[in-house]
Amino acid sequence: MTHRYTAPFSKGGSSPIDAQIAERLLSVALSRGGDYADLFFEYEVSGSYGYEEGILKSAGRGVSLGLGVRVRKGEATGYAYCEDLAIEAMEHAAKIAAQIASEGGKKPVGLQSISTPSRYPVKELSFDVDGAAKRELLRRADLAARAIDPRITRVEASLAEQIREILIATSDGKIVTDSQPLIRFGLRVIAEDKGQRRAGSSGGGGRMGLSYFDGKSPEWHAGEAVRQALTMLDAREAPAGEMEVVLAPGDSGILLHEAVGHGLEADFNRKKTSNYTDQVGQRVASDLCTVVDDATIAHSRGSIDVDDEGNVPEKAVLIEKGILRGYMQDRQSSEHFHVPFSGNGRRESFKSHPMPRMTNTLLLAGESDPAEIVKSVKKGIFAKKFGGGQVDISNGDFVFSLTESYLIEDGVITAPLKDVNLIGNGPDVMRKVTMLGNDMELSDGIWTCGKDGQSVPVGVACPTIKISAITVGGTQR
Amino acid sequence: MSAANEDQDRRASLFALGDRIVKKAISLGADVAEAVISEGSHLSAKVRLGQPELVEEAGSRSIGVRVMIQDGDQGYRVAVSYSSDTSEAGIQRLAEDAVELARLSEPDAFAGPPDPAFLSKESEHAELDLFDPKIDAIDGAAALRHATNGEAAALAADPRVTNSEGATFSRASGGKAIVTSGGFHGYSRGTYASLTVSPVVDDEGGKKRSGYHWTAKRHYAGLLPDEVVGKEAARRTLAKLGARKVETQECAIVFDPDAARSLLGLLAGSISGGAIWRKSSYLIDRLGTEVASSLITIVDDPLLPQGPGSRAFDGEGLLSRRNVIVENGKLLSYLLDTYSGKKLGLPSTASASRGGSGGVGPSTSNFVLQPGTTSAEEILASTPRGLYVTDMMGFGFNGVTGDFSRGASGFWIEDGKKTFPVSEVTISSNLDAMLKGIDRVGSDLDLRSSIASPTIRIAAMTLAGSG
Repeated sequence: MTHRYTAPFSKGGSSPIDAQIAERLLSVALSRGGDYADLFFEYEVSGSYGYEEGILKSAGRGVSLGLGVRVRKGEATGYAYCEDLAIEAMEHAAKIAAQIASEGGKKPVGLQSISTPSRYPVKELSFDVDGAAKRELLRRADLAARAIDPRITRVEASLAEQIREILIATSDGKIVTDSQPLIRFGLRVIAEDKGQRRAGSSGGGGRMGLSYFDGKSPEWHAGEAVRQALTMLDAREAPAGEMEVVLAPGDSGILLHEAVGHGLEADFNRKKTSNYTDQVGQRVASDLCTVVDDATIAHSRGSIDVDDEGNVPEKAVLIEKGILRGYMQDRQSSEHFHVPFSGNGRRESFKSHPMPRMTNTLLLAGESDPAEIVKSVKKGIFAKKFGGGQVDISNGDFVFSLTESYLIEDGVITAPLKDVNLIGNGPDVMRKVTMLGNDMELSDGIWTCGKDGQSVPVGVACPTIKISAITVGGTQR
Repeated sequence: MSAANEDQDRRASLFALGDRIVKKAISLGADVAEAVISEGSHLSAKVRLGQPELVEEAGSRSIGVRVMIQDGDQGYRVAVSYSSDTSEAGIQRLAEDAVELARLSEPDAFAGPPDPAFLSKESEHAELDLFDPKIDAIDGAAALRHATNGEAAALAADPRVTNSEGATFSRASGGKAIVTSGGFHGYSRGTYASLTVSPVVDDEGGKKRSGYHWTAKRHYAGLLPDEVVGKEAARRTLAKLGARKVETQECAIVFDPDAARSLLGLLAGSISGGAIWRKSSYLIDRLGTEVASSLITIVDDPLLPQGPGSRAFDGEGLLSRRNVIVENGKLLSYLLDTYSGKKLGLPSTASASRGGSGGVGPSTSNFVLQPGTTSAEEILASTPRGLYVTDMMGFGFNGVTGDFSRGASGFWIEDGKKTFPVSEVTISSNLDAMLKGIDRVGSDLDLRSSIASPTIRIAAMTLAGSG
């Protein structure tokens, strides 16, 4: 809780929600015969700061508050929300969601608070820090980037801060709250030389306050963004066709997120629309690969104490030495597969229904020396930075774009390459993982995952990865 | 009460709220305040395998404000704020936050409100027929019926269609008011409805193939019949069975309207005033030069009746106007709001968009590649060899350089005919070269989205696949 902003539904708030009010609303939600109902109260404050052309050019803040009511009847879900915590408005939303059912149903159980872990304790939230201090951090990034090289002609630094307070009450008797801080810093520079312009960027953050910058300073990010932009001034056309690819540790975890992560979200498997449907117990990757979804990593962007359905996620093994062990579940799919809740039911906001989503997705380290991995490649690509990816769940085809990559020639990293896209098929590529480094790294907090129009913050982690063949979408034959 | 009276009341209530926000911000020290109030309701019904899966219904309201504080001759300090709390306390906090942040931000010589002389009057605002009471009146049962019919048509179309990601019918309606301390008052409302059907079929090796088809319009009468959407979705999905890679090569690429639309979206981003003054576009300093083949004319027209992106006035209160962006291949205009115009020494093109959060930036309205005279079938028939792209994947576009590399799927063309489905390949080039290389423009334009294109063909791109 910040000093300045208090969730209206919290104990000290203007419209406190206690077990009694929640039980009353749940009764209304189940009054038409629903099997299950839950309430999702959310209060979110967001701030943003944009520093360009040597001044803090833009600043913004937003506050949103609402209640989402979900009622389930068999496979069907009714959903409604309101932005007003007056009892009439909340009951109206509960009544609308209730209409999905017309007979039978269950009664809500008396609510008991559940305890949750504390995976992102924050001493001082960024909202409680004077704005001038944030402006100064951005100014430092701007000055540092310009000071490194006269070819840097533009610098854009940004900071986004957020606090999300949630309260969840379920008709099977749980009431739980969480307070989820998040900050994200971003820096983008443009280098200009002999009529050529190239961009470079760097960013990070997590569930923490401005202490983030104690680990990575604005100057560190400036160095990184400038290095990339200057390197890209010399970039040449990337090759086209199938070849060996080595992925740098950390952000390359996007590969997992797209190649296997989405396909292992249980909703697609419950509906049998994923290419991983009915494959638990079968080999879906090379035996080097152990993939874990881990919501517990301290202060990571993708970590959560409790999911948006009131369940506490832990570390879940999805693939063990190449064998598929299980899916990421929300409440509905857990019931379908008769497995325990995995705590992956997440939603963008009170306006959205929960779905199985990733938290932090990890490919565990192997035993190879990263330098040996590069040495083993005769002709290929070394991928260092990424712009994002996408997957077609049904057939497993996925892409991800490289914003900084290099040729590997006879085991040596050589020329930088222009932006290029990689395309592969999830199960196929995961079987072609032939070496894994011993250098596991977690992405800095920059990634956001979109599914069905809902965005949630996520993390990825992986060591250096060698893929024996994947299609590189360059232009050089 | 008549529907028209009800709308007048809503307009008056949004204006009253806007006036209060502006007044509050000025009283707290803002020199300029611009309020935006949005309210809307939506209903969405999804059916899967004949059973209701999700019915979602809600209404919402939000307020946003942009404030400016003048700092002598240094320019204006600017900040924005938004809230879902429209109570008196909510307005107080909104205005306080915005003014506090404006004091934190630093004066910008180019910032400022539009010249009051350019602000439009309500009486000048064109009636664009964007609201259909028939859509506003659709209830949950009717929405479920549309979705059920659409999906049933897909499942009935062929015995191989055995699974489905479902069918969704959605309707939304909303009103929006902008009130500024410069004296502008603008109000608009609109409706939008859509039906999407997404069948899934089994392919070899455990793979599935998913496809979809959709219809969307501001008026109910313009929607395609549910059965037509479902049947076409099934046809598109089945056509993907057996998709495979092709060899790496250079070849002609035909983009169907949905794929072509996404190229047009990249161009729209590259001519946005923000990208230009930030020198983040490959199209800086290119006004008056060739940026596409002579077959290409692109118009951004906010004044199309019933257009998905139509608006009578822009987000800063300027009267909307038709802008010819590219004419016979030549770049005639960027998309500019007041700020980006001043940065570039040009007048605003009345392309400002104001989001619910109060922020302002240039955006497209109805950004349309004007149709040619060749039918889509003729384009295919005149292509000896190449890839017909129906779907693209990923974000492989660098706006600064124009470099383009994205995943693609569709059909292999041999002797003017689609021969087999293709997936897991990439197509690469540079957007500048691609637009200049367009050698066919189709006649098959359907304005179901605010950025729209007919079928187009690019003479040559690099396709990366096997080998």
